[in-house]
Amino acid sequence: MNAPVIGQSIKRKEDYRFLTGTGTYTDDVTLPGQTHACFLRSPHAHAKIRGIDTSRARAAPGVVAVFTGEDLARARVNGLPCGWLITDVNGQPMKEPPHPPLAQGKVRHVGDQVAVVIAETLNQAKDAAELIEVDYEVLPAVVSPADARKPGAPVVHDSAPDNTCYVWALGDKVAVDQAFAQAAHVTTLEFINNRLIPNAIEPRAAVASYARADDAYTLYVTSQNPHVERLLMAAFVLGLPEHKLRVIAPDVGGGFGSKIYLYAEETVITWAAKQVGRPIKWTAERSESFMSDAHGRDHVTRAELALDQDGKFLALRVATTANLGAYLSTFASCIPTILYATLLAGQYTTPAIYCEVTAVFTHTAPVDAYRGAGRPEATYVVERLVETAAREMGIDRATIRRRNFITTFPYQTPVALCYDTGNYDATLTAAIELADVAGFEARRKAAAQRGKLRGLGYSTYIEACGLAPSNIAGALGARAGLFEAGEIRVHPTGSVTVFTGSHSHGQGHETTFAQVVADRLGIPVENVDVVHGDTGRILFGMGTYGSRSIAVGGTAIVKALDKVIAKGVKIAAHLLEAAEADIEFRDGAFQVAGTDRKKTLAEVALAAYVPHNYPLDRLEPGLNESAFYDPTNFTYPAGSHICEVEIDPETGVTQVVNFTAVDDFGKIINPMVVEGQVHGGLAQGIGQALLEGCVYDPESGQLLTGTYMDYALPRADDLPSFKVGTRETPCTHNPLGVKGCGEAGAIGAPAAVINAVVDALAHLGVRDIEMPATPERVWRAIRSARPGKKA
Amino acid sequence: MNITVSMTVNGKPVTAEIDPRTLLAQFIRENLRLTGTHVGCDTGQCGACTVHLNGHAVKACNILAAQAQGATLLTIEGVRGVDGGLHPMQAAFREHHGLQCGFCTPGMVMNAIDLVQRHLHPAEEVIRAGLDGNLCRCTGYHNIVKAVQAAAARMAADTTAATLKQGGQA
Repeated sequence: MNAPVIGQSIKRKEDYRFLTGTGTYTDDVTLPGQTHACFLRSPHAHAKIRGIDTSRARAAPGVVAVFTGEDLARARVNGLPCGWLITDVNGQPMKEPPHPPLAQGKVRHVGDQVAVVIAETLNQAKDAAELIEVDYEVLPAVVSPADARKPGAPVVHDSAPDNTCYVWALGDKVAVDQAFAQAAHVTTLEFINNRLIPNAIEPRAAVASYARADDAYTLYVTSQNPHVERLLMAAFVLGLPEHKLRVIAPDVGGGFGSKIYLYAEETVITWAAKQVGRPIKWTAERSESFMSDAHGRDHVTRAELALDQDGKFLALRVATTANLGAYLSTFASCIPTILYATLLAGQYTTPAIYCEVTAVFTHTAPVDAYRGAGRPEATYVVERLVETAAREMGIDRATIRRRNFITTFPYQTPVALCYDTGNYDATLTAAIELADVAGFEARRKAAAQRGKLRGLGYSTYIEACGLAPSNIAGALGARAGLFEAGEIRVHPTGSVTVFTGSHSHGQGHETTFAQVVADRLGIPVENVDVVHGDTGRILFGMGTYGSRSIAVGGTAIVKALDKVIAKGVKIAAHLLEAAEADIEFRDGAFQVAGTDRKKTLAEVALAAYVPHNYPLDRLEPGLNESAFYDPTNFTYPAGSHICEVEIDPETGVTQVVNFTAVDDFGKIINPMVVEGQVHGGLAQGIGQALLEGCVYDPESGQLLTGTYMDYALPRADDLPSFKVGTRETPCTHNPLGVKGCGEAGAIGAPAAVINAVVDALAHLGVRDIEMPATPERVWRAIRSARPGKKA
Repeated sequence: MNITVSMTVNGKPVTAEIDPRTLLAQFIRENLRLTGTHVGCDTGQCGACTVHLNGHAVKACNILAAQAQGATLLTIEGVRGVDGGLHPMQAAFREHHGLQCGFCTPGMVMNAIDLVQRHLHPAEEVIRAGLDGNLCRCTGYHNIVKAVQAAAARMAADTTAATLKQGGQA
């Protein structure tokens, strides 16, 4: 019997190269004859381009070419497409204004691409870009979602004169209104879900080349989903057949959503590589990342919860305005709708829910999925309401949750999802124990003696992961499938290469996917290598986002493994002169049941590749199988987070002193990797709650948080060590029983932190505090709640 | 007009003709093709480009290559354990899952080694404060702190063992 592989914290196979500096990230790729690109970006949030004079730049030393939007239009390069069509409340399609890769006629946000200079060296490209003269007519800008629809607001696109992309709704409004009319208590909150800038530490980068020999392009790019990148760029923008574009996403230094999308820069340099006949490299500077990576969140919401006298939730009514930025990013439209409103049931039996979402254009960078993508926003709405309602009604905050938990499965929510399984009481109970909630009052008293205000907050979240059943997604407007593909290549001597359409940019697929394969085939993990991120080597893929990798990509691999084993049974039956029905596969060998006669996987593989004694009349040689897997449902990870903060009332500084997360991710392949994913998600969630906030100047539209000096990314001394635990209810509809874990921390944490901050300040009369709860905001909340005290 | 710079990198002498404005990080990556040193922000705020200059951690995007004239430089490619394998810090990052995407990792390891050289038995607060200049977006720092603690213990033990051995030989 082999030692178990699934459920073991096996050290990561990818670590050696990362720790020795021998990984290959996109900017590490250098091709012979390579040139360098620098993009000239708009310094204005909104301006008409009266003219662009590139003559001095073209004449500058080392310059190979300069291109503007006009050049791209002349070459019939299309705009960047949006992958999800939302249909509005009147049955009309959303507004889809053009998104040219280089601005045409107008710029619409600070950082909008205006021109590209390609030169022998990067410094020469940068120097020449400064010589481009753009005649701008600066126009007024609107940056806040709350202002976008005000009368007289500057218009972002002529095709959307009210700056509205769509007004969309989900749920039964009549039932909700009736429930509110009969409610014993209504809790109302208005809040902003703060705009975030993803900030993967590796900036976006691309290296494009064109080979005249076979009229084909190769693009190295920082992408979470190279096949999607290829599909969009080839079919929609450049008008190329897909077999003429190979997209390689090598080692990628974090994504968090921001590297899902097809961006202008890689599109422009891919096109330009043929024009200049040489490879082109572009790597973003951090300031470009701040200005031009797709941002996240940015909602303004009014939410109301109706309760009966016992604290049972009767109905939830939510109205949200979501900022989409200046252009529709690749999946922008589905984030504040499909991935947001559908999650508003949370872990609760709330029978009636209605959510209306107004999505607006503003003169800001495009907004799209960022870790959690809609689900943190939904969780924040629900969990802030629940905690506020409990306080208003004098009900214990854990009790009110337990009173409303869904306890029977499958459970059909009023907002379209059907949860297959879960045990919310178990995760909450475990979290309460792990967080030592029983000892909290003593800790609060001790803190008070030190002059600190201590608070505790809960957040019990749910997420829909494992994106996604293609037929459901298609009915909701998706313009792509959401399956995953995998291939198992058993080599003649029994080692295995796995090809997955999923992509790892920190998640550890090379280890966890290898564990799945090693477990099924009964071979050592060392004998399995995982290949990802290359359309030239992998049959197809939809990539990594929405915590889908193990649930969808892992299942595709399992399906391919099933085919390998099925074929192996046939081969072994022939070799062992036994009936196929008598062959069982166990511990890496095909065995005649009830006997000790067997053939190992390696023996069967060798027979498949050296088919001298082989049933060639009915079986193909070789042992290489692939599978596509389209899930039948979403997966529903869920958990309970408990945050404890201490606030210095004199400075407003909030410190997270304890953070506990107990999550149910279904079956776990590698606990070490899963814990790491939770830690990272928590850091981003705590970051959103206390530190991070993208700010545009409301007058000029300038990005005020455009460096790490202004945008507070969590640093090591901003965070505590975390207490994490898991409970397990296996997913019912995939063979591994897995649900996904990548986003959970970022989804649950913001509400837990703000609930803790409000808990610490509630006795002063503070009812809400806006994210990020900076020292200034907390200090002001304390002072305004104590008007008699000296500031 | 180009200038000539010379220094010792990972134990080997190097000389190159460079544009005077070349940053040390650019020099390491572009001229020496040592791409383990990463650039995350260009502005000295993320620490991904941290290397050892004359034995101390510095951010290589924050100084010119010309300023390193004659210096001894250690990059992640030159970091090794006594047996030529992983340095205890690298081994501890692997053991404690102190890295995910790996992009901040070289800089984090370089700074962590410097930190432990200055603080033999660092407490958690010392580690967190000491790594304040290195951004990681993946790990939440939890496992990095654990890794540095473990590596510090191992490095202290190795130092003690080496000292005893030297004493025994004397």
